Amino acid sequence: MSFGRRHAPDLNDELAQRHGEHRDPVGSLAGRVPRFGHGSRVPGWDDAVDLSKAPAVIPDPATTPVPDDLRREIEAAMAKYPDRRSAAIPALHAAQAVHGWCSPEAITQVAAVMRLTPAYLTSVASFYDMFELHPKHTHDVFVCTNISCSILGADEFYEAMARAAEDEDIDVRSFECLGACDIGPMASVNGEYVGPLELADAERIVEDLNAGRPVLKDKQLRYRRSVDPNVESDGAEFAEPDPVHRADTAGLTEGSNPTTRPNTATDRPGPSAPLEIPPQDQSET
Amino acid sequence: MKPILFDRIDEPGLNTLEVYQRRGGYEMLRQALTMSREDVLAQIMDSGIRGRGGAGFQMGRKISFLPQGDMDKYLVCNADESEPGTFKDRELMQKCPHMLIEGIAISAYAGSIHTTFIYIRGEYQLQADILEAAIAEAADAGLIGERILGSDFSMSLVLHRGAGAYICGEETGLLDSLEGKRGNPRLKPPFPAIEGLYAGPTLINNVETLATVPSILRMGGADYAKIGTETSTGTKLVSISGDVKRPGNYEIELGIPSREIIYGLAGGPPEGRTVKFWFPGGSSSPVLTGDDLDIPYDFDSMAKAGTMLGSGAIIIADERRRVLDTMLKVAKFYAHESCGKCVPCREGTNWTHKMVQRIYTGEATPMDLDIMASIQEQIIGNCLCVLGDAMAMPIGSMVQKFRPELEAEIEAARERADGAATQDVVALGVADEHAGPLPVH
Repeated sequence: MSFGRRHAPDLNDELAQRHGEHRDPVGSLAGRVPRFGHGSRVPGWDDAVDLSKAPAVIPDPATTPVPDDLRREIEAAMAKYPDRRSAAIPALHAAQAVHGWCSPEAITQVAAVMRLTPAYLTSVASFYDMFELHPKHTHDVFVCTNISCSILGADEFYEAMARAAEDEDIDVRSFECLGACDIGPMASVNGEYVGPLELADAERIVEDLNAGRPVLKDKQLRYRRSVDPNVESDGAEFAEPDPVHRADTAGLTEGSNPTTRPNTATDRPGPSAPLEIPPQDQSET
Repeated sequence: MKPILFDRIDEPGLNTLEVYQRRGGYEMLRQALTMSREDVLAQIMDSGIRGRGGAGFQMGRKISFLPQGDMDKYLVCNADESEPGTFKDRELMQKCPHMLIEGIAISAYAGSIHTTFIYIRGEYQLQADILEAAIAEAADAGLIGERILGSDFSMSLVLHRGAGAYICGEETGLLDSLEGKRGNPRLKPPFPAIEGLYAGPTLINNVETLATVPSILRMGGADYAKIGTETSTGTKLVSISGDVKRPGNYEIELGIPSREIIYGLAGGPPEGRTVKFWFPGGSSSPVLTGDDLDIPYDFDSMAKAGTMLGSGAIIIADERRRVLDTMLKVAKFYAHESCGKCVPCREGTNWTHKMVQRIYTGEATPMDLDIMASIQEQIIGNCLCVLGDAMAMPIGSMVQKFRPELEAEIEAARERADGAATQDVVALGVADEHAGPLPVH
């Protein structure tokens, strides 16, 4: 019986080799544990600090250009809370929507508007899964691979999705429970929940994203009805609601981009969310 | 049983103020504002409603812990529904957001709170958009804001979107996150009711709990308490997922047999299958087996059975599923979501994950199961919050209840790996292909 290292080489191994680490020939167990000359596995930890460099401070608002829309959104968010610092997460969301990811530039802009240090905002951004600290593609597909979904085959779907999205402008991530186990295996495509998914849906998601149309419209969660048998299904004894509020006349229309959220601080939208009218019923109603 | 929260929930347009008001919405807020604060609180107390988010603490008592008097107090609705298997609040917020807003307004009145927040998880974009629109509608109609409905009670409501962190569902982690920090839990005491958001007294409740408050007033606290069992009153939304025919949310009366929920409502596992193990209250609850299906589904019966009702999320696995796979998912989830503040949780979740992985790669021995069980014992009760406990309890129960199966898995993986190691010497460096299935993503 052997207790060798059986994982594929990881990032640290590559870094170690690039930093000139000596390795024993493949197959020897000793050589499979990466170590640097000084015994650490973290490259660069003992690099000297540059004392001549100025410490990171709050960026000067006068010399930091911030897009007007972004500034307005962050300031509106700050005004909503008793303490402006509370707006850190909404502000980072807004900056990420503008820049595509939480780039150093995006962080600097938020820091300039919020009067916080970039270091503080980076610490916040690195805590949360939805903030990207590396450049990413335009589209996001979060595949839930948690307990319920993986029981129903989410791991296979994740692999199929990752294969289908190769060389496309799509990031595929396996995500922890997204809170839609009833449609498992499921995925969140640019924030739109779809499921239950089959392996063939991976290709369809890619096609829909590339064509810019709503993704898997027949499998979107927003149209799912309650399964509870005690729920009266259609509210038949009530008057028909005003057609303005019907799902087929309000809400997301074809071609609208679900990644851009309405700027709710400046123009508050009326009720816009479609509710529980499956696409196939829309023609009849 | 007639549903209370899910009453005609599929009615089109229920997310709009107009339809909600036509059904008698916001009448209870109007009525509450004519009552005294003490009377409203007494109704909530009488109802005996226990928190629906996981801990099951009585809501009325929580409000009564708040200091009296005029000061900066806060109410935070916990809509950071991230417990694996749970999706009840999602459906409630998406289909009937005004019920939640009305419940928040009444609860704020009962606690004389003037600043309220909803902390919704960032992944729920559709639900957050719906809530935001509903809040705007309610504000335009004068149902929240300054001098509500002509009374002298004012209340503001802000929707705060999170950004994907399970730990922000823990109440003090949520408060830190709402203050714009990393979501690290705080030391308790002081409890949030004394010192919470911005160091002010804070009431934190789950979406489902707050959404029930208008119904409690409508029915009367004492009548609401007649539903369910003596100590677990009312109805509960349960989210059923996994190997069942009809997964989804169901509203049940607390205290009915679990079998009735799993087989009666959700249809049970697919034809010819039986329940192998199930989580009664989200991934944090110790697992039960197919023999435990007759336990009544309420807070105390579940506690007596050595598990917990938690958030009411039932995950079913039939006999095709390996316990080991679920164990890996549980361990990986908590290792990923641990905030890293307390050592027992940070290291314990991480090492448990690694040890489960070692079972797959054939490096584990049956002794590892004992070590794993002892890790769980060292986590429980030794951290600021219960995230570590939430991994320790299900993993511990799996080791305890499925030990023979896990030992067989260990043995089989070791034999596979030994075979591969022999080949290793011949074909250098190909060990990874033979190491057995290890879903590492």
